Amino acid sequence: MTGGRPRVVLVDDHRLFRAGVRSELGDRVEVLGEAGDVAEAVEVITASGPDVVILDVHLPSGGGQAVVEEVKRTDPSVRFLALSVSDAPEDVIAVIRAGARGYVTKNIAGDELVEAVQRVAGGDAVFSPRLAGFVLDAFAALPDEAPPVDPELDQLSAREREVLRLIARGYTYKEVARELSISAKTVESHVSAVLRKLQLSTRYQLSRWAAERRLI
Amino acid sequence: MVGGVAAGLAERLGLDPTVVRAAFVVTALASGFGLAAYVVGWLALPVAAGDERPAGASIIGRARSDTQGLALVVGLVPVLVLLLLGASVLRTPWLGSVAWPLLISAAGLILVWRNGTDADRAPIRQLGAPLARFGTGPHGTWRRAVLRAAVGVVLGTAGVSLIAGGQERAVVRPIGGVALVLGAIVVVFGPWWANLARELAQERRARTRAEERAELASRVHDSVLQTLALVQRHADDPQRVRSLARAQERELRAWLFEGRAPGDFDADVATLGDALRQVQSEVEAAHGARVELVVVGDAVLDERVGALVAAAREATVNAAKWSGAPVVSVYAEAEPEQVSVFVRDRGKGFDRQAVAAHRKGLAESIEGRMARAGGRARVASSPGSGTEVELAVPVARPAGHRRREGRA
Repeated sequence: MTGGRPRVVLVDDHRLFRAGVRSELGDRVEVLGEAGDVAEAVEVITASGPDVVILDVHLPSGGGQAVVEEVKRTDPSVRFLALSVSDAPEDVIAVIRAGARGYVTKNIAGDELVEAVQRVAGGDAVFSPRLAGFVLDAFAALPDEAPPVDPELDQLSAREREVLRLIARGYTYKEVARELSISAKTVESHVSAVLRKLQLSTRYQLSRWAAERRLI
Repeated sequence: MVGGVAAGLAERLGLDPTVVRAAFVVTALASGFGLAAYVVGWLALPVAAGDERPAGASIIGRARSDTQGLALVVGLVPVLVLLLLGASVLRTPWLGSVAWPLLISAAGLILVWRNGTDADRAPIRQLGAPLARFGTGPHGTWRRAVLRAAVGVVLGTAGVSLIAGGQERAVVRPIGGVALVLGAIVVVFGPWWANLARELAQERRARTRAEERAELASRVHDSVLQTLALVQRHADDPQRVRSLARAQERELRAWLFEGRAPGDFDADVATLGDALRQVQSEVEAAHGARVELVVVGDAVLDERVGALVAAAREATVNAAKWSGAPVVSVYAEAEPEQVSVFVRDRGKGFDRQAVAAHRKGLAESIEGRMARAGGRARVASSPGSGTEVELAVPVARPAGHRRREGRA
């Protein structure tokens, strides 16, 4: 981020939605450009070099995942914030695993979206309640499962789990910090650690977990 | 069973309660020690969670500080010595062998009686009732009682003398003796116990009716009373009032004539997640607030989980209606041991003391419902800081593994 306002590119296949987001963000961010499909997005992003790309998970021909993979190949410094109305956890997890640093739902309020963009621009991870829920599900221990290959990466610590639960319950980072009597910085480092595990773990369920939804 | 010990032990050991009960009965008949073990278990086992008493509290904790009761128990020691002496003098070894378990049971029952709750005392009182009431009542029963007692004494004496008697016919003797003693017990106590069983059945029916009434009250509250409250709030908006009235009329008709109670789920709703998604869309449609729903894991929508969802719906409706917050967060998690739901808003919050007592929402539709389902509810709220309602039910075990229920 160069100075005050984060520089942003909007990627979504609905023009109306892009216009809506643009007006909600107002002048608190600098919108460098917009794109409606994968090829256009890659072109706009590599040409303008934004701090943050606000990226729809569902895009024609490849989805948000393809955009992240394509751009990261040439410019790994660009940061992505995924956005969707979709409930499909595997799509969201795929975009995060490709390299996005956060996920929010499309019904997010304008102020919260600005805050999320600033957070991602600053290098932090943004976990909405829904993403926290997805991650808890993805890392849940199955009763008849083999021990993790790499415990360091394939398991959440008790503290990380606690933080994610509170986020899933609707707590902001600040409220999580107060509830657990830790600093907001510590909450952020827990969330970043979870993001790292989510991206690097080769855990079986991360690709296949949707097929084995736990039903007790 | 009487104190729920078999069920409690079965749950701890992961066995079928019937097996444990049978083991108690067999050992009780064989030597009497089964009976003693049962009474001691009653004293020592902590009460299961979900009972009306605090979890983990056992009677023995209280009995330890009951010096009078302990003195009474110590007073039984000379009786034991007398019985053992008598057994050796009269050359009746069976008396010596039953003396131990009988006195241990008596000691245990004294401590249970003195330190247990009313729920613990009730079965002892009921079992003792035939003795206390023996011979009371109108004339006819008095004569019949004497007759029964006489027959009982004759049968009992014959049985005991057969068990303790001479050496001849070694196999037939004890079996015939036991049969005669059992016959004596049935003749003397049978009618009272039959009566007792009838009373217990009646009591259970009454309890079921009371629970049904409470369930009905919370259903009516969740539908009709909620709608009436909405109508009052929107009295200046005829369009909205009309549509509310129409929706409520439809719902009531469906309930009265088609048997689909308000709060029932669509036929294709089979899991916790499905049910909560239905709640989410209904609350969003009726009250306008956004409901953020996150579900981790999932659970089959059985009776307990259904009650959990109904309470969660009520909490969500309350948050949407009263808190003033634009967003209500609902988080559900199914774990191997329990299923929990958190309903949170950042609205104006409330003071529990200030909520009028006749408002049944919190007490009846949420807390009462969770208690009836064997779960728990916790409400954290203060004016200005929003509200969080935490609801949880234990995961239902397969049939036969229920906790200390059915004390009979």
